[in-house]
Amino acid sequence: MEVLPTGWTRNEMAKLAAIELQDGFYVNLGIGIPTLVANHIGPEIDVTLQSENGMLGLGPYPMADQVDADIINAGKQTITELPRTSYCSSADSFGMIRGGHIQLSILGAMEVAENGDIANWMMPGKMVKGPGGAMDLVAGVRRIIVLMDHVSKDGIAKFRRSCSLPLTGQNVVDMVITNLAIFERPDRQSPFVLRRLAPGIDAALVADLTEAHFER
Amino acid sequence: MVQKIYSNAVAALDGHLIDGMTIVAGGFGLCGIPETLIAAIRAAGTRDLTVVSNNAGVDDFGLGLLLRTRQIRKMISSYVGENREFERQYLAGELEIEFSPQGTLAERMRAGGAGIAGFYTRTGVGTSLAEGREVRVFDSETYLLERGIVADLAIVKAWRADPHGNLVFRKAARNFNPLAATCGRVTIVEVEEFVGSGEIDPDHIHTPGVFVQRLILAENNEKRIEQRTIRAEAA
Repeated sequence: MEVLPTGWTRNEMAKLAAIELQDGFYVNLGIGIPTLVANHIGPEIDVTLQSENGMLGLGPYPMADQVDADIINAGKQTITELPRTSYCSSADSFGMIRGGHIQLSILGAMEVAENGDIANWMMPGKMVKGPGGAMDLVAGVRRIIVLMDHVSKDGIAKFRRSCSLPLTGQNVVDMVITNLAIFERPDRQSPFVLRRLAPGIDAALVADLTEAHFER
Repeated sequence: MVQKIYSNAVAALDGHLIDGMTIVAGGFGLCGIPETLIAAIRAAGTRDLTVVSNNAGVDDFGLGLLLRTRQIRKMISSYVGENREFERQYLAGELEIEFSPQGTLAERMRAGGAGIAGFYTRTGVGTSLAEGREVRVFDSETYLLERGIVADLAIVKAWRADPHGNLVFRKAARNFNPLAATCGRVTIVEVEEFVGSGEIDPDHIHTPGVFVQRLILAENNEKRIEQRTIRAEAA
């Protein structure tokens, strides 16, 4: 069986996503690989992380003796406060999201389509657990970056002509970072452009493993 | 002065539990859930409940306790992933679920409590949750109509209350609690501690007492943690 090159690791993907964070940004990081992005924010960049359950200004995980059951992020993980931290109700928290006050959200996905549609809330063959805050985030946050594997475990392209799974949002994705390549578009009327290839990966291979149309 | 403080959950719930009713509950995951009132509703055995809550607890804690006893007929939630008994009942057709995106659910509670019948949001447009629903275009953007929620009873967890029902929540345990407090026809709040009249700075009150009919001291403050994550040393 042919062994495909693996390209970037998850940590390297998170590091690439961290480059997109700008000084002064308010950012919401999704559960999973996107959480790793926080480890790669440079000291010269001042970013405030938002958690949709109602916390703005997320600190690192607590030391064992600092754990407080009332301080958790959207992944229900225990975290800590920072001097800038504020709390609010879930309505205010989603007001920040839906109202366009959060500049960037980095999320995982099962599929992204060439028109910017995203599917990340229903797993095929599993019970539907619900969208949580994902539909609100993709509809409300100004810029959406997706971190995902280039192909599924079964080798199926995840960047597609159209999503085969139920949508989380329509025409909302601005950038896709996979383990093989980065695709980006300048606005939501334009097609995605191949911006960067992982080391050892060539454009022909990416084209082979991508169903979506993209510009070179 | 009207006495809002009751001696315990049974006394506070007396006369307010009816089979088939709708209950809205505060909390996110297991954080800020009204543990004491959930236990009392379980003991009362009220059935065929519709419960509005962001999540459905876990198998042996939170609203999972009411699922185990088959007291819940329908959940209105954004995410129910942490509960195997939920999954079993749902797949067996014993339990109904209405998914509402998290921000939409929060706003539906806020709207219901504020006398707003419905609102338009971009959340969910073009998804399966929008099927059969009214959409409207404003300034060339498509929006989906969502309805406000008013429940027969709201159960809420707060950190502090005074005898007037003025509430202060603690940290991320605030979440859906102030919203649930506004959208119950009757709102019952369990608190970690009572303080005297005038002891909360009026500028620091999160929920004014007008929204609160009954108060109890929380007997259950287990505050179970779903994902205990720690780091080894100072970052």
